[in-house]
Amino acid sequence: MADVNRGSRPLSPHLQVYRPQLTSITSILTRITGNALIVAMLMIVWWLIAAATGPDAFAVADGFVTSWFGILILALSLWALWYHFLAGVRHLIWDSGVGLDLDTAYKLGYGVVGGSFVLWLLTLIILFAV
Amino acid sequence: MSYITDRKRANRWGSAKSGTQHFWRMKVQSVALLVLIPLFLIAVAPAIGKDYAGVTDHLSRPFPAIIAVLTLTVSFLHFADGFQTLIEDYVHGLWEKVLIIGMTCLCWGASVVAIFAIARLAL
Repeated sequence: MADVNRGSRPLSPHLQVYRPQLTSITSILTRITGNALIVAMLMIVWWLIAAATGPDAFAVADGFVTSWFGILILALSLWALWYHFLAGVRHLIWDSGVGLDLDTAYKLGYGVVGGSFVLWLLTLIILFAV
Repeated sequence: MSYITDRKRANRWGSAKSGTQHFWRMKVQSVALLVLIPLFLIAVAPAIGKDYAGVTDHLSRPFPAIIAVLTLTVSFLHFADGFQTLIEDYVHGLWEKVLIIGMTCLCWGASVVAIFAIARLAL
């Protein structure tokens, strides 16, 4: 029984057959933001090892990190970080078996999106202005 | 025709080939990061953009150095586990293994580079 039709079983309907909804988009964004954060993380590691190496190496890394492109990566990553942070909180809530009904899931979805922009702007202002 | 029973054939071979360890590990990492990420933004992030003397001075203090090590190492472990799930969902066969092994090695490597760099700056 377990070896019947192995390898050619029908797959469940995939992403493209569904109309986008808040619940699906917020779920996909959780994955995209989490994986995209590797760019900023590797950039910060490069910046750290450059600082540990010496002034010349630091100048190269710092030149990239503080260029418009580096700042763009950091600024966008800050939003991705807050989005993934709040979406993670939502998953921890769901994992406890709470808030899985559609109404609460939508409220949490709006909370994650709205909250991510509020925290992003707040930390952007604090980190870049101060 | 195999003489093994269906139950015996299925035993220990769920779709994930393992239990809930991966899920639980990511959950522990995510709770740790709920504390570490705000601390990182407060204690470490302000050093980004400072000049050489400013950065080396900032990371020579114990609190920013410890928070930087903890946040980066836990983040890389969390990333390696999360990336593994992404690949398991979309890539199969040889490339699945190549990408998971490659990213796991990259994450451990980057963690060690970060720990070495911060230790050198802090000590």
